[in-house]
Amino acid sequence: MKPSRMAHGFVLSVVVGLTASLAHAQAPIRIGEINSYKAQAAFLDPYHKGMELALEEINTAGGIGGRRLEVITRDDGASPGDAVRAAEELLAREGVQILAGGFLSHIGLALGDFARQKKVFFLASEPLTDKLVWENGNRYTFRLRPSTYMQVSMIVPEAARLKKKRWALVYPNYEYGQSAAATFKSLLKQAQPEVEFVAEQATPLGKVEAGAVVQALADARPDAIFNVLFGTDLARLVREGTTRELFKDRPVVSLLTGEPEYLDPLRDEAPTGWIVTGYPWYAIDTPAHKAFVAAYQKKFNDYPRLGSIVGYSTIKAIAAGVRAAGSTDTERLITAFRGLAFDTPFGRAEFRRSDHQSTMGAFVGRTAVEGGRGVMKDFTYLDGARFQPADEAVRRMRPAEAQQ
Amino acid sequence: MTSASLLVQILTGLAGASTLFLTGAGLSLIFGVTRVVNFAHGSLFMVGAYLGWTAGEWLRALLPGSAAGFWLATLLATLGVAALGALLETLILRRIYRAPELFQLLATFAVALVLRDGCLWLWGAEDLLGPRVPGLTGALSVLGVPFPRYDAALIVIGPAVLGLMHLLLTRTHFGVLIRAATQDREMVSALGVIESRLFTSVFAIGAGLAGLAGALQLPREPANLGLDLPAISDAFVVVVIGGLGSLPGAFLAALLISLVKAGCVALGTVELGGYSFAFPRLTLVAEFIVMAIVLVVRPYGLMGRPEGALRGPAASPIRPEPETPRSRALWGLAIAALALLPWIASASPYTTVALVDVFCFALFAMSLFFIMGPGGMHSFGHAAYFGLGAYGAAIVLKATGWSMMWGLLIGPLAGFVGALIFGWFSVRLSGVYLAMLTLAFGQIVWSIIYQWDAVTGGSNGLTGLWPAGWLSTRYPGVTPNAAYYLLTLACVGSAVLVLRRVLDAPFGLAVRAGRDSPLRAESIGINVHRIQWMAFCVAGTAAGLAGVLYAFSKGSIAPDLVHVGRSIDGLVMVLLGGVESLAGPLIGAAAFTLLQDSAGRSFDYWRAATGAAMLVVVLAFPQGLAGLARSIRGRAKA
Repeated sequence: MKPSRMAHGFVLSVVVGLTASLAHAQAPIRIGEINSYKAQAAFLDPYHKGMELALEEINTAGGIGGRRLEVITRDDGASPGDAVRAAEELLAREGVQILAGGFLSHIGLALGDFARQKKVFFLASEPLTDKLVWENGNRYTFRLRPSTYMQVSMIVPEAARLKKKRWALVYPNYEYGQSAAATFKSLLKQAQPEVEFVAEQATPLGKVEAGAVVQALADARPDAIFNVLFGTDLARLVREGTTRELFKDRPVVSLLTGEPEYLDPLRDEAPTGWIVTGYPWYAIDTPAHKAFVAAYQKKFNDYPRLGSIVGYSTIKAIAAGVRAAGSTDTERLITAFRGLAFDTPFGRAEFRRSDHQSTMGAFVGRTAVEGGRGVMKDFTYLDGARFQPADEAVRRMRPAEAQQ
Repeated sequence: MTSASLLVQILTGLAGASTLFLTGAGLSLIFGVTRVVNFAHGSLFMVGAYLGWTAGEWLRALLPGSAAGFWLATLLATLGVAALGALLETLILRRIYRAPELFQLLATFAVALVLRDGCLWLWGAEDLLGPRVPGLTGALSVLGVPFPRYDAALIVIGPAVLGLMHLLLTRTHFGVLIRAATQDREMVSALGVIESRLFTSVFAIGAGLAGLAGALQLPREPANLGLDLPAISDAFVVVVIGGLGSLPGAFLAALLISLVKAGCVALGTVELGGYSFAFPRLTLVAEFIVMAIVLVVRPYGLMGRPEGALRGPAASPIRPEPETPRSRALWGLAIAALALLPWIASASPYTTVALVDVFCFALFAMSLFFIMGPGGMHSFGHAAYFGLGAYGAAIVLKATGWSMMWGLLIGPLAGFVGALIFGWFSVRLSGVYLAMLTLAFGQIVWSIIYQWDAVTGGSNGLTGLWPAGWLSTRYPGVTPNAAYYLLTLACVGSAVLVLRRVLDAPFGLAVRAGRDSPLRAESIGINVHRIQWMAFCVAGTAAGLAGVLYAFSKGSIAPDLVHVGRSIDGLVMVLLGGVESLAGPLIGAAAFTLLQDSAGRSFDYWRAATGAAMLVVVLAFPQGLAGLARSIRGRAKA
């Protein structure tokens, strides 16, 4: 990490732009951002760039109420203990007023709990676990990215529409994979009571024995497959599955596969016809998104990944919240963030009052190969607000103190 | 499952075994001759995959659609990694062969850190999937079930390499030298063989094999930054189950592991007497379970022999310097200064936060040192006791609602119980076998914690473990965590003093006797196994205490506390400080923790920076940091 890179970048832009004469007069708003930058570089490099872009936009427009926004980043080395130490350091030494970040679920939970203990505002940008806003939810923690539950419930209607009876499941053997599989089973059973789950493979994260797993899935003779593997595991599964004809005449429903981070490495071997969630940056034609892509490509000479959207929207959401609160006081931030509407390249979203989850959505579509690379076709943007459990159900899951 | 698919599962297992064997073979060769535990072996595997990818891309442009491109790229990757191996040996390892045992592990660990960031810098973060091999793209039909042609090729390549290695070792002069050096390297050099040249070439061949294995993986999985750790752990497991230095043993071990894994996957979820058990979940630790069973039954692996004679000082002669009034005053002064720190540093509150981490790891490292240094038992799974302490206390306190102070009893107790069980098995083994059995136990504990959602919170871990009452109160005039800091200092300080006292006591002398000469120790009536077992228990208890203190300073715990990475960190701290003095682990823990902390803030590529700093220490001060301090003191006296 270059912890102060963004601050320097900002100072430069001020000097060059000469736009924020007020900014020097007042103390900056400081965000402490903690993530597994080196351990999850494929997602978090674009994420970091997204944050830089958002910062630049906000600060060249004069900051927030005349105060410039600064982000100080720390690498947690994929360890929750180090993440908590980094949070302490950011609060104590850097004087940050707001915490943000988190990629891995257990680190998100650890930081959320830290925020509760220290009464600091924390915006979890990426961790997907449902527990972060439900069972382990607290007053101080908000989450940007659509949760595991939301992503699964977006894709289940498509799965039910296939009208397949026998399903096989393959997922990474940790909380994200397990809860995605469990949610998929229960939601699909509701939508289609006669469904059967004939095989389940929980594979070690990053170490799937793809050949054996594909063979075992094929032996179960499923009508359709639900996949939660991503990253290198996905590449292995796709290769073995294609060679061993697992996907022949078998529809596949797959989480995250349409994200450029995971689809692009497959190049021309990307699967075709899979129903996936993802981010088709090349084909979204809303003005907000087009402006974002143009600015991003101009600044970095690279195309955005989903991480870029998450990083960009994290900063934009915080800026909107601070603006609404008129201060960085934790209690006022909490009040402001509850029900706060903010803009993302995907459109307007808000933080739900009931569980602090944002309603940012995701794209669901089908994969195809075009020009030697995987793309998403026939996609639609699903607004996250429609894919949440009822408020009453949420209330029962969240601790009472989180709802004050 | 039909018999055809069973056959295909077995063939799949065989293909996996080839890869595993290739990964392990090089490690076995290097260890056999040079006694270097090459922690960078997985990184060489990873570099092989990346080099294979790059060479493949070039050659694919030159020779489109030709299989020769792939095989040529594989050859280039093999040679490239072999050259890298030779470079590492001549630049780094050659300088530290005379250093204390296992010190080379520290150097290779540092190299692994540098290589990981090096790959990120050179090849970027995105996974790089190589193309399929022309001519081997599709599948064969095995009784009507498709089986990838490339897997069939791998099934041939593994045994072919085994055969070639066998010829090299048995039919060539060079092979005779390798075998001779494996059995008795002092004798080989006494007979006039130029040791350095032999070592360099063996290192190059071993590295080349890792590179070959990595490049051959490309058609099956993308080159990516997560390849190194799984590869190194696979390689160790294969080599140890097979028996050190035995290539046929390594092959057999690879076969066994692959078939067990394929079997677990094929069995799927099985209903037995009302219980359903998901066998695929076992693949998380299958290899470690196999290793634990094999080592308990056969202490030298499947085809290994007791380790060859190591002449000279087998273990470093650790004689704790006797306490003098001066040393006692120094210790007292240090503790007093630390105790006053919350007042002194009240303006920079992070100081005491960082030091709580340092103290916890200092006790962790000290407890590992206790069995490693004076005990001569290298534990590669020491995080198990740290994690058992943290989880044991967290689980009991969450269930009962008792105050954190009870955790200070429960945690050490949990560490003690773990050490009682694992130690009993481990002390029956020695050397690397012992180390790997502790690693296997550690990984088994990790996988249980990782998967037992109802009790341990699974991969998410447990949260809400903050100490209540006076421990979390903020007092005026001191740093915010002053109370917890002082509690940690008191606990760690007294535990360290107790450990120090124990080492000076007859029990500590017996532990050292068991290390230096088990035979003589037995003959004067010391029950070496029991003494070592007790030492394990003492160390486990202390590590458990460190675990509780760490857990409650963070408010949450996750399985990474128990993971092999944490155990390796512990080893690195001990070795960095130096195994020859009591202050070593404390200095090592402080140096490593603060180095990582500050590198993380100052450098983009902080892992490479940490690795580079460690390499400097390794090359400049092969006795560790504490050894450096001592030699300065010695020079001052002279």
